[in-house]
Amino acid sequence: MADETDIEGIPTPEGAADIIETDYRIGQDNIQTKVGPFGIDIHNPVFVISGLLVIAFVIFALAAPGTANAIFNGVDAAEVEGCEAGAFCDLGMRAYLTSNFDWFFLWGANIFVIFCLLLIVSPWGSVRLGGTDATPDYGYAGWFAMLFAAGMGIGLMFFGVLEPAYYFGTPWGDEPLGTVRPFGEDGALIEGNVEEARRMALAATSFHWALHPWAIYAVVALALALFSYNKGLPLSIRSAFYPLLGERVWGWWGHIIDTVAVFATLFGLATSLGFGAQQANAGMSYVYGLPNNVTVQVILIVAITAVALVSVLRGLDGGVKVLSEINMVVALLLLLFVLFTAGAVGILTDFFSTLGAYVQEIVPLSNPHGREDTGYMQGWTAFYWAWWISWSPFVGMFIARVSRGRTVREFITCVLIVPSIVCIFWMAVFGGSAINDIIANPETSAVKANVIDSYSPELSLFAMLESLPLAAITSTIGVILVIVFFVTSSDSGSLVIDTITAGGKVDAPVSQRFFWCTFEGLVAIALLVGGGLGALQAMVISTGLPFTIILLVLCYGILRGLMSEKQRALS
Amino acid sequence: MFNKIMTPVDLAHEGDLAKALQCTADLAKHYDAEVHFVGVTTGTPSATAHNPQEYKGKLAEFAKAQADKHGIRATADPVIAHDPTTDVDDALLRAIDDTGADLVVMQSHMPNILDYIWPSNGGKIAEHAKCSVLVVRG
Repeated sequence: MADETDIEGIPTPEGAADIIETDYRIGQDNIQTKVGPFGIDIHNPVFVISGLLVIAFVIFALAAPGTANAIFNGVDAAEVEGCEAGAFCDLGMRAYLTSNFDWFFLWGANIFVIFCLLLIVSPWGSVRLGGTDATPDYGYAGWFAMLFAAGMGIGLMFFGVLEPAYYFGTPWGDEPLGTVRPFGEDGALIEGNVEEARRMALAATSFHWALHPWAIYAVVALALALFSYNKGLPLSIRSAFYPLLGERVWGWWGHIIDTVAVFATLFGLATSLGFGAQQANAGMSYVYGLPNNVTVQVILIVAITAVALVSVLRGLDGGVKVLSEINMVVALLLLLFVLFTAGAVGILTDFFSTLGAYVQEIVPLSNPHGREDTGYMQGWTAFYWAWWISWSPFVGMFIARVSRGRTVREFITCVLIVPSIVCIFWMAVFGGSAINDIIANPETSAVKANVIDSYSPELSLFAMLESLPLAAITSTIGVILVIVFFVTSSDSGSLVIDTITAGGKVDAPVSQRFFWCTFEGLVAIALLVGGGLGALQAMVISTGLPFTIILLVLCYGILRGLMSEKQRALS
Repeated sequence: MFNKIMTPVDLAHEGDLAKALQCTADLAKHYDAEVHFVGVTTGTPSATAHNPQEYKGKLAEFAKAQADKHGIRATADPVIAHDPTTDVDDALLRAIDDTGADLVVMQSHMPNILDYIWPSNGGKIAEHAKCSVLVVRG
C-alpha cells in the first residue's frame, strides 16, 4: 500500500526521483467556472492572452496583407531599388534571419545532435522518466506511430520527392556543397555527373530529415518529460525553465514562455493547414481534374478539422493513437508499393548508399563556415532548422506526453535514431525512384517537368507516382495520406495547446479542446480566404531564432536535472 | 444484497461529494458491504498530486478517513488514465470489473443541454455497467 505518504502529503515518487519542492500548486492560477452548460478550467492569463494575440495577428494580416508580407516574408527582390534579381536585399524577417544567423542555427542544431548522442552513452542514459519504478504508458508501436505522425508526417509527403529531385537538377544554383550538375547548358544529361549528383541529392535531403530535426525535438521533449514526470512540475513549456528562472517561472516569465509556445503552435498548425489544403487541392485537381479554388480548399479545411475534432474528443488513446497507427500503416503500404514497383533491389542498395553518403557528408553539410553554397545552406538548411525549432514546443510537448516510463537512453534511441533511419529510408525510396525517373526519361519525366523545368512543388509526389503502375490508386492513397497526416498533426496540436492554456492540467473540460481545434481551423480559413498564410508562416519560422537560444538553455537544464536524479538514485 | 460498493471520487472536488459519500456510508452499513473508493489520476502532475504514487497515498488517506468517520470497511483503488478528459468512463467501467463491485454509487451534476451531446460520467456508467448504479444528484 501507499501509506508511505505522510500526513502533509509530501510527495512520494514512484521509486527514486528527485522532486522539486515548490509552493506552486498546479491549477492555482486557473479560472474554473461554467458558461452556460460548458465547464471552463483555463489558465489565467495564458489562455486569454494567447487567444487575443492570435486574433490580433489574424486581423493585422487580413487588414494589411502587403505590410504583413513585407515585414515577415519580404518583398520581391526585383521591387527593391538597386537590388539585383535573386540577391538578398530586403527579403523580410525570414530571409534576414536565415542569411545572417545561418551559423547560429547550424551550430545550434549540431550541438543538439552531439548532446543527444552523448546522453545515450552517458551514465545518465539509465535515468527513467517517471521515477525508477515507472512503467511505459504505451507499447513501442503505438508510441512510435504517435511521435512520428506528430513530428514529421506531412513534410515527408511534400518533400519526399520534391527535395531530392530539386537538389539533383536545380537550375537555380542551390546545389548542396556546390556539387556537379547532371544537366549541361543545353539541358542534355551529362552521364559522368549523374551518379555524383544523385548521391549528393539524397545525402543532402537526408541531412534535413534525420538526426538534426529529431535532436531538436528530443531536447524539448526530454526537458519537459524530465521536469514533469520526475520533478513533479506541471506539463507546460515553462516548467523546463525552472533550473534557470526558479520560482519566477510561475509569474510573468512563465506566462510569456507559454504564450509564445501557444502562439507558435497555433499559427504553425493553422498556416500549414491552409497551405496543406492548397496542396491537397492541387493534387486532387491534377489527379481527378477537380476545380482548384478557394471553395474546395475551405471544404478541405472544414473536413480535416472535423476529423481532428472527432479525434481529440475521443481522446489520446481512442482518437489520436488510433489515427496515428492507421496513418503509419497506410504510409508503410505506400512506401512498400513504391519500393517494389520501382525496383526493390535497386532501392535497397540506394538506402545503404544514401546512409553511407549521409554519414560521409554530415560533417561538411553541418559546418557553416567557409561555404559557398549559400543557396542551399541559407535557403534550405537554415530555413529548415528555424522551421523545426519553431515546431519544437508543440512536437516536444506531445512526445513528452506519451513517453512516460522510458529510460533516457530508450527515449533518445526511439526519438532520434529510429526516426532518422526511417526518414532516410523514406527519402531513399521516394527520392531515389523520382531521380531514377528523371535519369531514365529526361524528356518526358513528369517529376522533371514539375520540379526542375517549372516549379510546382505540390505536384511533385503525384508526378512521381504517375511514373509507376496503378497511378490512379496510389495517387488517391497519396491524397488521403496528405489529409490524414494533417489530421494527426492537428489533433495532437490541439491537445498540446489545450494543456498549456489549462496551466498543465490534462483533465480540462472537453469543450476547451473543441474550442482550440475549431479555432485553428477558423484561423486557417480566414488566412486562406483573406490572404496572409505566407506572412504568418514566415513569422512563425522567425520564432525559431529565440527558441534556438531557449533550446540551448534547455540542454543545460536537462543536464542539471539528470545529475540530481542520478544523485538521488545513488543516495 | 450488496457485498462490494464502488464509489468513484475526484479528490480535486472532494467538497462536492458530500451526498454521494453519505449515501455510500449508509448503504455500506446497512448491507455490511465493503467500499472501494476509486480515483482516476494521470501520469502527469496534477492539482492533487505530483505523480501516481503520491495520488495513491492521498486516496488511501481519504479512504481511511471515510472508514474512521462512518465506521465502515473501505479501500482505495487508484486508476491511471492517459487522457482523463475522455478516458474517465472507460477507466471506471474497467474498475467495476477489477474490484468486482455489485453496486456503484456516484455523484452526478444536474443534467443540462450538453448531456445530449456528451453524456455525463454517471449517465454513461449507468448505461454500460453490468451491476446496479445509483446516481446521486449533487
